[in-house]
Amino acid sequence: MNLAEGVRIVSFGILGLMMIGTALGVVLLPKIVHSAFLLAGVFISISGLYILLNADFVAAAQILVYVGAVSVLILFAIMLVNKQEEYTELPGRKIRKVATAIVCFGLFALLGTMVLSTPWSLDTTSIPIEDTVVALGEHFFSDYLLPFELASVLLLMAMVGAIILARRDLIPESLVSDDTVSTKLTLPERPRELATLSGDSDK
Amino acid sequence: MQLEYFLLLAAALFCIGIYGLITSRNAVRVLMSIELMLNAVNLNLAGFSNYLDPVNIRGQVFTVFVITVAAAEAAVGLAIVLAIYRNRDTIDMEQFNLLKW
Repeated sequence: MNLAEGVRIVSFGILGLMMIGTALGVVLLPKIVHSAFLLAGVFISISGLYILLNADFVAAAQILVYVGAVSVLILFAIMLVNKQEEYTELPGRKIRKVATAIVCFGLFALLGTMVLSTPWSLDTTSIPIEDTVVALGEHFFSDYLLPFELASVLLLMAMVGAIILARRDLIPESLVSDDTVSTKLTLPERPRELATLSGDSDK
Repeated sequence: MQLEYFLLLAAALFCIGIYGLITSRNAVRVLMSIELMLNAVNLNLAGFSNYLDPVNIRGQVFTVFVITVAAAEAAVGLAIVLAIYRNRDTIDMEQFNLLKW
C-alpha cells in the first residue's frame, strides 16, 4: 500500500461510515427501491475497503459481480414483484424489533470483545505482494483447483435452477391436442404426434 | 491501520444484516440482508489475508469463492421469490407460515 498513513486513515473513516450508513438504510428504509440502491452503495464502499487491504483483484471482482450483477438482479426482482400492499399490522411487532435490536447489539458487543482481546499473530515482517492477480491465478490452478472446478459446476446448477424456477407456466394441456398430425411429405414417415410440454406424450 | 478496525467494521455489518434478516417483512429485503452478511464475512477474510497472510493471499482466494457462491445464491433465491409471488400473490414474509408449528 503506497498511500500515506493519514490518507489511509481518512479513507478508512469515510468508507467505514459510508458502509455503515448505507447498510442501516438498507434494513431500515420503508421503500424497497431505496434499499436496493443503497445496497449498491454498500458494495461500492466495501470495494474501497478491499483496496485499502491490498486486495485489488477482489475489489474489481466485487464491483463487477455485486454492483454489476447482483444489484441489477435485485432491482429486476423488485420490479417484477411490485405489489403495493399495505402490510397488516401485527400485534407485538414493535417489541420484536426492539428485542432484535438488543440481541444484535449484544452480538456485536460479544464479537467486539473477542476481536479486541485476541492476540492476533500479525505478520509484520513480510512485504505484501504486488501482483495479486498472478498469485490468485496460481492458487486457483494449483492448490485450490478442486474448489475452482466445483464453483463452475455450482454456477451451472444455479443458472439452470433459476431458469426453471422463474419460467412462466407451460402450455396447458387443453390447448394442445394429442392427435397425430399427418404431414404432406413424400417420403414415407412415421406420423408424428404433438408432444405436450408437461410430459404427457403417448410414448 | 490495524486489523481490529476492519474486524469491528465487519462485525457491525454482520449484526446489521442479522437485524434486517429477522425484522423485514419483504422477502427481497431478506435476501438483501443475506448479501450484507456475506459481505461482512468477505471483509473479515480480506482483513485476515492482509494482516496475517500477506504472501500467500489465501484469504483473498476464499473471498473470491464466497463472492461466487453469494451471486449464485442470490439468483436462485430471487427466482424462488418470483415463483412464490406468482403462486401466492404476496411477498409478505409473515404470510409464508406453512412450516410454522
